[in-house]
Amino acid sequence: MRILLLGATLVMATTLPACAPASGQSAGYRAPRTADGRPDLNGIWQALNTASWNIEAHAAAPGAIPALAASGAIPAGLGVVQGGPLPYRPEALARRDEHFAKRVTLDPEVKCYLPGVPRATYMPFPFQIVQSAQHVMIVHEFAGAVRTIYMENHTEPPADSWMGWSNGRWEGETLVVDTKGFNDQTWFDRAGNFHSAALHVVERFTARSPETLTYEATIEDPQVFTRPWTMSMPLYRRVEAGARLLEFKCVEFAEDLIYGHLRKPGT
Amino acid sequence: MKRLVSAGLLVAAAAGAACAGAGGAAAGGGEAAYTVPRTPDGHPDLQGFWTNTTYTPLERPAGITKAFYSQAEAAEIEKKAAAVEGEQTEPGTAADVHYDFTQFQLDRSQGGVASNVRTAMIVDPPDGRLPPLTEEGTRRSAARAEARKRAGGQYDAIQNMALSVRCILMDRAGPPMLPGAYNNNYQIIQTRDHVMILVEMIHDARIIPLDGRPAVDSRVQQWMGSSRGRWEGDTLVVETTNFTPKTAFRGSTERMRLVERFTRTAEDTIEYRFTVEDASMWTRPWTAELPMKKTIGPLFEHACHEGNYGAANILAGVRADEKRAAAR
Repeated sequence: MRILLLGATLVMATTLPACAPASGQSAGYRAPRTADGRPDLNGIWQALNTASWNIEAHAAAPGAIPALAASGAIPAGLGVVQGGPLPYRPEALARRDEHFAKRVTLDPEVKCYLPGVPRATYMPFPFQIVQSAQHVMIVHEFAGAVRTIYMENHTEPPADSWMGWSNGRWEGETLVVDTKGFNDQTWFDRAGNFHSAALHVVERFTARSPETLTYEATIEDPQVFTRPWTMSMPLYRRVEAGARLLEFKCVEFAEDLIYGHLRKPGT
Repeated sequence: MKRLVSAGLLVAAAAGAACAGAGGAAAGGGEAAYTVPRTPDGHPDLQGFWTNTTYTPLERPAGITKAFYSQAEAAEIEKKAAAVEGEQTEPGTAADVHYDFTQFQLDRSQGGVASNVRTAMIVDPPDGRLPPLTEEGTRRSAARAEARKRAGGQYDAIQNMALSVRCILMDRAGPPMLPGAYNNNYQIIQTRDHVMILVEMIHDARIIPLDGRPAVDSRVQQWMGSSRGRWEGDTLVVETTNFTPKTAFRGSTERMRLVERFTRTAEDTIEYRFTVEDASMWTRPWTAELPMKKTIGPLFEHACHEGNYGAANILAGVRADEKRAAAR
C-alpha cells in the first residue's frame, strides 16, 4: 500500500474542495495497477462540492421549499464549469430559467428518475467503480443508477437511454469515456441546466493521488449550447472503514408526488 | 464510434447461450471434471452474462413425488409451457390484449431456458415444498393479511400495488435471485475484492465485498439486504442479512439470513444454490437450486420507474370506473 504520502495529499485536497484546478493529471502520480495491468480506479468515490445545486458559480440562496428554511437552503459554490457562463443558445437559456422556477415539479431528481450523465457523478451520493478488462461499471447509490462502460467491442448506442451508452478506453493513466445515446429528460443540476438528446459527453477519470481522482467532462450539444464546454472537479475516495454503497431506492419516496392524484378519494 | 461491433463474437456467444437441453449438472455427477477458469486475480471466473430463465417451479407441484423428471419428461414439460406462451400470438384471443411477448423474444422459449430436470427448485426439505410456518410465522402472515385489508383495495393507491408493478423490486433481483417471466438476465463482474452482479430488471446492481468485513448495523434495513461474500474452494458464498420486513420473500421477515452459493460447473453453467433461514417464519431452513446458463450480452438499461405508464394508467382506469359506477 502507498499510504505514507497520503496525509499530505488529503489535507491539500480537503482544504480546496470545490475549486481544485483539476485540469489534467497531477504531475507524475501513477495509480496502482489491477491484475491485468490497468490503472486501478476501483473503489467508492464522491464529489465534495455544490455542483448538485448548480454547476455554475452561485451565492447561497433560499431553497425551493420554504418550510425547510435554513436546512433546505442552497449552499454557495464557486462552480465547476471552466471559463465563464454556460454558452446557452438564447431560447435554451430561457428554458433553463423556467426549469429553475418550476424545479419542484420538473426536476427529474425529485421524481427519482435516473439522473443521467454527468449529473450522477456529483450528486451528494457516493458511487462505486467496479473494473474488469472488458467492462468498467459505475454504480451510483442514487436510484441505483448503473453505467456500463464498454472497454471492448465499441458500438453505437442501440437506442436512447437515461444513463447513455458509454464506450471507454485508457489513455495512459486516464480512463476516457465517450457517452452518447441520451434521451432529453435529464438535467445537469437542480438549477435547471439541461441538454437535448444530441448530448455527447466525454469524461476523463484520472487518479491524482491514492485517495483522489480528477474528473473532467466535456459537454457537446449544439441544440442547446453554442460551443462545447468542460466541467472539472476532484472526486474523493470514501475511506472510512467498511464504506459501502447503501440502498437509495427512492421510487417509494416519489410515489405520492407522481401518483397521489390517482389515489382513491377519501383513502 | 471508431469500432464496429464484432458480429462474429455475438453469434458465438448466442450459440453458447441457446443450447439448453443438457439439463443437468444438477442431476448429479457423471460428467467429466471441469476446470474453472481463473480471473487475472486468481479467483474462479464467474464473469459474463447469465440467465436463470426456467419453467421449473419453486415448489414441487401437487401429485409429483419424485425429485427429477426423465430428460424426455422435462423436454415435454418445456414444450407444453412454450406452447402456452406461443398462444399469445393468436390474434383475437384474450391473451392477445397485451403486447405480444413472443414478438420481442421475451417469452422464455425463445429467450433461452436454463433447462433443468428437477421437479422443483426446492431441494430441502426433500419433499420439495416450503417447510411449515412457525407459530410466529402464522401470526405474522395473518397480521400482514390484516394490514393489507386495512390499507384498502389493491388499486386504491400505488402503495397497495405489487412491488414489481411499482418498479421497486422484482423477484429476480432478490436476493435470492429467482426468475420471472422475462429478462432474467445477469452480468457478473469480479475484481480482487468485490463481485458485482447486475440484475437486468430495474438495473439492480448487487455489490458484494469479499474482504471479511462484519455485517452492517441491524438498523440499516434494505430491500435487497446487505451482502458479504467469500470464496470456499471454487464456490462463491454470499451471505445476506439486513432485509426490510417489507421485502417479505415468500413471507420472510427482517430476520432472514440468506446464504447463496455460486459454483461454475461447466463453461456455460453456474449452479446457483441458496439456503433461507428465518426462524421467525419457518420451522426449519430451506434450500433451493437452479442453474444459471450463459447468455448473450450486453444488458440494456432497464428504466422501469421512469416509464411506468402502466401503474398510472391502471389507477386512472379504476378511478374512472368508480366515477362511472357512482353516476349510475
